[in-house]
Amino acid sequence: MNLTLRVWRQPSASAEGRLVTYEVTDVSPDMSFLEMLDVLNERLILAGEEPIAFDHDCREGICGACGMVINGVPHGPQKATTTCQLHMRHFSDGDTITIEPWRSQAFPVIKDLVVDRSAFDRIIAAGGYISAPTGSAPEAHSIPVPKANADAAFEAAACIGCGACVAACPNGSAMLFTAAKVTHLGLLPQGQPERYTRVVDMVAAHDAEGFGGCTNTGECAAACPKGIPLETISRLNRDYLQATLRRH
Amino acid sequence: MVGAIFGSTVGKKAIMATTGVILLLYLIAHMLGNLRIFFGEESINRYAVWLREIAEPLLGYGGLVWVIRVVLTLSVVLHIVTATQLARRARQARPVRYATRPKVQGSYAARTMRWGGVIIALFVTYHVLDLTVGWLNPDFEHGEVYDNIVVDFQHWYVALAYTAAVVVVGVHIRHGVASALRSLGVTTARGERVVNVAAIVFATALVVGFLSVPFSVFFGLVG
Repeated sequence: MNLTLRVWRQPSASAEGRLVTYEVTDVSPDMSFLEMLDVLNERLILAGEEPIAFDHDCREGICGACGMVINGVPHGPQKATTTCQLHMRHFSDGDTITIEPWRSQAFPVIKDLVVDRSAFDRIIAAGGYISAPTGSAPEAHSIPVPKANADAAFEAAACIGCGACVAACPNGSAMLFTAAKVTHLGLLPQGQPERYTRVVDMVAAHDAEGFGGCTNTGECAAACPKGIPLETISRLNRDYLQATLRRH
Repeated sequence: MVGAIFGSTVGKKAIMATTGVILLLYLIAHMLGNLRIFFGEESINRYAVWLREIAEPLLGYGGLVWVIRVVLTLSVVLHIVTATQLARRARQARPVRYATRPKVQGSYAARTMRWGGVIIALFVTYHVLDLTVGWLNPDFEHGEVYDNIVVDFQHWYVALAYTAAVVVVGVHIRHGVASALRSLGVTTARGERVVNVAAIVFATALVVGFLSVPFSVFFGLVG
């Protein structure tokens, strides 16, 4: 396959960026999207040019490091798939592919396609934890968890914090991410003591980072590589309103 | 508590949802009231008087109408203020736009909420000046509800503007109902599909109900 790439190049956080066009030849359909960029980078290095910077780590779709907006869609056209697990067979010979970083005021570009997602860490630090006594692990069966709750909590816990929800949201909101954390901890017995302070603190941290508000368009859930459902946000809203109206 | 509601994005959405529900309940009552026109001149004119007679011993003649007007005005103001704040926040949250961004998931209704809202606000202003105050309606006579409506909708441009506005309202409600239920945390995983279908059915019923009046007048079924 031969492809034309339009890639966002930005030397540093403060520098001006622009889309640069590259021709990539002999792309195997079995390559992952990141491998295709690796091939391009090797050619750039041989030609003495600066390689394209992008985040990646496990390349198994479970770490949340990778992520770029491919033809306007975070993680590209394949549903519930991270960029590293996206294969070139989903593109056609002769395609022009536009690659941009996550666009969010709270995710400043560090270089090319790499953005600073530490805003997510600060939201987690505000309440994405439980208080548990240290020592030997308690007997797992000592705290019963209803199967339905365990399933829903696990579904939310699948969030890898990649930021695709923010990149997809027309409002630049991180509500799906925040809601996934609130849901995952709030549904389990271990998360109950902080359930209501957690949601208030995490939403406050979310807002303080400059993320937008949720308008329930569902773009986030469509882009999420882990398929976190939109309903998760409804659960966050429910807990938040209960926490503020009933003063939990 | 007030700070947590007014100060956060989730709280602002709850305000938008609550005021939206109030306005929606009013629209249902308004639409059902309009249908009195099909029972004749006497019926709808009498209905207008009856509205002013409700709770008369307590609030005086027309007192309840004024209470409703105050509640509606407050709701509209809160709805618009919070919507504007959230829209500005959304704009600031993405200072650099995407070079390519196709429409992926969000419905047409969801994408047009903000401009749709502006159109509705302009229409409501016109509508009040036309059929409540009567300034923009040269043939307006206070209390002659039936005649005012019939004369108004015999003008094709009035009927056309009204039709367009009601369709915009319907589209706004289609996303608004589903969004409000999520913002208030009512929607559960199982309820997602129900909420979406209900929003479409509800918006359609409201649009049909509202449009039945101008169409009936325009095509001579009423008047």
